[in-house]
Amino acid sequence: MAVTTQVPDLVTPTWDYAPAPEARTLATIEASYDLFIGGDFVAPIDGRRFTTVDPSTGEPLAEVAEAGAADVDKAVRAARRAFIRWSKLPGAERGKYLFRIARLLQERSRELAVLESIDNGKPIRETRDVDLPLVAAHFFHHAGWADKLAWAGYGPDPQPLGVAGQIIPWNFPLLMLAWKIAPALACGNTVVLKPAETTPLTALAFADICRQAELPAGVVNIVTGAGETGRALVEHPGVDKVAFTGSTEVGRSIQRALAGTGKRLTLELGGKAANVIFDDAPVDQAIEGIVNGIFFNQGHVCCAGSRLLVQESVHDAVVARLKRRLRTLRLGDPLDKNTDIGAINSAEQLDRITALVDAGQAEGAVMWQPECRLPERGWWHAPTVFTGVAQSHRIAREEIFGPVVSVLTFRTPSEAVAKANNTPYGLSAGVWTEKGSRILWMAQRLRAGVVWANTFNRFDPASPFGGYKESGFGREGGRHGLAAYLRTGADA
Amino acid sequence: MSSSAVAPFVAPDAIGDLAAATASDSALRRFLHGLPGVDQVGAEARAAGLATRSIKKDAKRWALDMIVAMTDLTTLEGADTPGKVRAMSAKAVQPEPGDPTCPSVAAVCVYPDLVAVAKRAVAGSSVAVASVATAFPSGRASLEVKLADVASAVDAGADEVDMVIDRGAFLAGRYSVVLEEIRAVKQACGRAHLKVILETGELATLDNVRRASWLAMAGGADFIKTSTGKAAQSATPPVTLVMLEAVRDFAEATGTVVGVKVAGGIRTSKEAVRYLVLVHETAGVEWLRPDRFRFGASSLLNDVLMQRAFQRTGRYHSADRVTLD
Repeated sequence: MAVTTQVPDLVTPTWDYAPAPEARTLATIEASYDLFIGGDFVAPIDGRRFTTVDPSTGEPLAEVAEAGAADVDKAVRAARRAFIRWSKLPGAERGKYLFRIARLLQERSRELAVLESIDNGKPIRETRDVDLPLVAAHFFHHAGWADKLAWAGYGPDPQPLGVAGQIIPWNFPLLMLAWKIAPALACGNTVVLKPAETTPLTALAFADICRQAELPAGVVNIVTGAGETGRALVEHPGVDKVAFTGSTEVGRSIQRALAGTGKRLTLELGGKAANVIFDDAPVDQAIEGIVNGIFFNQGHVCCAGSRLLVQESVHDAVVARLKRRLRTLRLGDPLDKNTDIGAINSAEQLDRITALVDAGQAEGAVMWQPECRLPERGWWHAPTVFTGVAQSHRIAREEIFGPVVSVLTFRTPSEAVAKANNTPYGLSAGVWTEKGSRILWMAQRLRAGVVWANTFNRFDPASPFGGYKESGFGREGGRHGLAAYLRTGADA
Repeated sequence: MSSSAVAPFVAPDAIGDLAAATASDSALRRFLHGLPGVDQVGAEARAAGLATRSIKKDAKRWALDMIVAMTDLTTLEGADTPGKVRAMSAKAVQPEPGDPTCPSVAAVCVYPDLVAVAKRAVAGSSVAVASVATAFPSGRASLEVKLADVASAVDAGADEVDMVIDRGAFLAGRYSVVLEEIRAVKQACGRAHLKVILETGELATLDNVRRASWLAMAGGADFIKTSTGKAAQSATPPVTLVMLEAVRDFAEATGTVVGVKVAGGIRTSKEAVRYLVLVHETAGVEWLRPDRFRFGASSLLNDVLMQRAFQRTGRYHSADRVTLD
């Protein structure tokens, strides 16, 4: 405890929050990590490793095994072996394992939140208050389904598919793992999961939790690596189902690779969501919704509200209020409990964002950023607002996956719907109005898997999530999400 | 229309022209119901989000001193006596005996009949005397009686008057009645500052809180205040958030700065610091001054003094070392 006799200055109008860092030491990071196959950590056969770094500093964190085709084969075989007993366990028994995992996730949530922030760059406020509570909630939710599948509406005796090959992105590493593994296990499948190459650490910590929970060996296997590892997993003949969350481009190539193989596939891909603000919106909450829609998780969110559609009559007022609000955002150390905007996950992603921001300026949109000092090391991008954006601009069409919002206008509800739907994507949308009937009218017409009314980026395991069009197919969460891991009806 | 940087969201030009907005009963109703709605779920989420701010070290030391300087040390009991008021006033002037670096509180707050006693007790200090008035806390009396109540407080030397609005009239939609009463009280206050208590616990919805805030400001309030402390629900962070938005928007639309006072049920430093965060990130740092934000409280001060001493010595004292008044 620092002792001081200094008298605070109450006259000068300034109040700087002192740094409030969460303890980095809550998370243990090994120098090197192996693959998790058949219940054990095993070295990769050809000995290849890659480095994962802290995006807020660029400092290396750990060496991680890169799984080759032979390692993936080993993992799929382990999963196949485990499937024989796991799929025959009574649902209530599988549920017990899932409940145990959920409780362990809660017990270790502080450690996992810190680890996620370090490896991903996202603020501890988000990992602590959003990611980890949702991760545990997904396991609890699906633990409850495990012995009730016969009443899920998929016939009296739905059957598991077999081995699920699952590939997840870097934006919500542990949460996407939960979305994939929890339903797969609840339905009696076994899994081989490949985390993203820039964020493997929490998946490896989860492997440890599987051991702590005494989950039977081989039910969950974690193979770390990049695109080649993912390809080996997708193309492995021992995989019965592929679940992928990531870019539309990779999703397309996966679908091509699986054509004719009989493997099941669900894809959760990109998005370019419209967040629609009507002139009768609850404006202060709408501003929060805009901020939460596009600056949450540095905009690394597939369902981010990256296209702000504002009724023209209130455009200036909304933009002015948005700018005022953005001046209060705090960018910096992801482990500081007061940080709102963390680091961009990788140099590659920062380049992609910068390229599109440059394109936006070149195409004539007006860029605005709050005054904000970016740290010298690591990868950062200031919150950015583009006004004067036309539907034809690249920043209105392409997924930026960064803290950049494009503001467009509309005049009537029909025009709002037409513009909102005028995108190859269809993952999510937001509607802000105090008029309930208009919310329903909009929700019926928006071609998006999720429509949020007077809120944005809210998730719940009981609510199905997934896209239309080039945002993919299949649902995760809710009763609908179970269908992705069950053989139902005549197939059963 | 004002030429402020942030254009008002509401459609009517009336924001920049309060006189027109309040000229008739129907204009006033149109104006208040034309204010943007408040989504309760969203407002609660925002307040809860700001409550997770972590205030440490220098920022916390600053906050604790500021809370002391923003406190209206209050006693509003039937059992209040001159002795009680004198003891509390001494504490208000010098909250931490033996520590001259500890600021005085902003004001003492009493019933009108004890204003003269309080006035003598704080004489020569920076501490102001505030008095509740207008048939506090229910406000159920004729305007005549209310104005007499105000006059007795002002005549006894009150620097600040805390009036209650007629919630019955407000809930019945008789906004003009409420407005005229505020205007009349404002006039009766003379040079005394007027704090208008909305009693938000009885207004129930955040839409009503926003409307009542604008109504009070249009009537000439120097401060808008959450509660009497006598209703079932007193100040809450979402209510305060909406009131802070109102004073911020009012200043932008009219150039007139109005303060906010939270009262009732705030007992710990931790809660009070969270209110400062709400002020800081809603109305802005310019509102973090005792003439723009106040805490109406009685037991809060001792908790702040305990925390303040802990920041300085690294140890908590025994509760016996903070004075009970």
